[in-house]
Amino acid sequence: MRNNDRLAAQVRQTILDMICRTNGPHIGPCYSCVDLLVGLYFGGMNVSPSKSESPNRDRFVFSKGHASPALYAVLHRRGFLTDKDVSGFATNGGTFQQHPDRNVGKGIEVSTGSLGHGLPVGAGMAYALKKDKSRARVFVMISDGELDEGSTWEAILFAGHHKLNNLVLIVDYNRMHALGPSKKTLDLDPLAGKFRAFNWAAKVIDGHSFKAINKTLATLPFHKNMPSVIVAETLKGKGVSFMENDLRWHYCCPDEKERAWACREIKAGVKP
Amino acid sequence: MRKAFYEKMADIAAANRDVYFLTANLGYKFFDEIRQNSPEQFLDVGVAEQNMIGLAAGMALCGKSVYCYSIIPFLTLRACEQVRVDVCYHNLPVKLVGMGAGFTYGQEGFTHFGIEDMAVMRAMPNMTIVVPDTIENAVRVAELSENFKGPLYIRLGRAGVHGVGNKATLKSIGKASMIREGKDCLLIAIGNMVSVAQQVSESLAVYGISTRVLNMHTLKPLDGMALLESVKTHKFIFTLEEHSIQGGLGSAVAEVLAEAGYRGKFQRLGIPEKLDQVIGDADYLWEHYGLSAGKVTRRLLKIIGKV
Repeated sequence: MRNNDRLAAQVRQTILDMICRTNGPHIGPCYSCVDLLVGLYFGGMNVSPSKSESPNRDRFVFSKGHASPALYAVLHRRGFLTDKDVSGFATNGGTFQQHPDRNVGKGIEVSTGSLGHGLPVGAGMAYALKKDKSRARVFVMISDGELDEGSTWEAILFAGHHKLNNLVLIVDYNRMHALGPSKKTLDLDPLAGKFRAFNWAAKVIDGHSFKAINKTLATLPFHKNMPSVIVAETLKGKGVSFMENDLRWHYCCPDEKERAWACREIKAGVKP
Repeated sequence: MRKAFYEKMADIAAANRDVYFLTANLGYKFFDEIRQNSPEQFLDVGVAEQNMIGLAAGMALCGKSVYCYSIIPFLTLRACEQVRVDVCYHNLPVKLVGMGAGFTYGQEGFTHFGIEDMAVMRAMPNMTIVVPDTIENAVRVAELSENFKGPLYIRLGRAGVHGVGNKATLKSIGKASMIREGKDCLLIAIGNMVSVAQQVSESLAVYGISTRVLNMHTLKPLDGMALLESVKTHKFIFTLEEHSIQGGLGSAVAEVLAEAGYRGKFQRLGIPEKLDQVIGDADYLWEHYGLSAGKVTRRLLKIIGKV
């Protein structure tokens, strides 16, 4: 657990560096999913840089593509990306754009960025893998805003109907849309109940507790004849007090003072 | 045409376990053979076109060759962004099989017309667009599509009748078929309009006008070489398509001719952008919008200066 805290802090630091270097947006939605990504890439999923082409690898679809620095930072920490790759984030002639691109490779399975695409593609992967009697699983992470998209619900209906027990959806439920609280934009509650009504097995967890994350990932699938969904209660901007649950950090980049403050808090968050 | 296409596909499915057929709950009876012989390779996803295209991309990412079927506007417009991002950007072997080119679903009305699809699909990166005109050519496209590498849009409509002994004239995707030689004017047609073009060329012959007819079955990549051959030799070049006049065959040909410095008379014939409040079947609508062989002939004679 302590190791996970340390990894998460390193990932948050890398994200901060990437975003400050490029004056980029979306640090808030990056920080809400860091702990989940660390849980997935360090134990939760069967993936490794040496097996990035293996047909038996688990697939990860990062549907909330706007939080790509979080994905890149975790892939970096897990050994998929080099320091040089990371330094090529969002620079002219660099490696990575603001949204993940499969054509770049390096562990990125699907290009995303337009919301509501990840779950249909992930469901297609899960369907094909089942046909091939593969043991590989498909993990899809979406933002709560993506649950406004009709295409997401088309796929939820499909996956439940076809009993895709090799499909795992993780909802980064930070309850903050791009212009305000989810509750005021389009209320998604009761969320787990909606999934259950669509024949999914749902668990609601604290998306920042490694104890909960690791335990939950270890018990997949939740039901032998259903797709699994983890409704992860998270905080936008988690890990830096002044960013937490503040919409500003969907868009703004920290200035020098804020950056130093954030660095201190990220370091302080790791118990010695 | 659609029936023959899927009968051929049934053979391909039986021989290749990695070929899958998805439909968004349309195509009554047309999948019967595939469903009977290869039930594991058929999937009705329900009335959910966006999900169908996303699923197809996911399946293709896991090594499958996937066909997606629906009526043209639902397939190409409802799921347009899924086609753009999930299929085309990843350059995946997903085949979009759209039924109802132009006014094929005449009495069904505007929602079912396939009149903007070629323009939209033409703008998609990595997309190839092929439009068979006869049953034989549709079967040929089915054969050619099996091992086709990237995204492919197959636009189906009503089958025209031409050719000798009903043989396929479509040899390969990307290479236009010359179906009649002539020296005065070049008439380039696609899909449902190829048969009309042939009738028109026969009528023009009565007036002493010799017409070369080109079946431009592949809209993208366009066979520019076949056009450039005529730039210096033909005084008139016409395009004929059952699609909006904007963005389809006529536009694609115009681009090539303009860049080649064509100095003759060029005219696009197709469906106007703004439709009239008129109800009828495909033949009736062809007549109304000037796409019947008789109407096209009269229009061309006027342009050529024979009437």
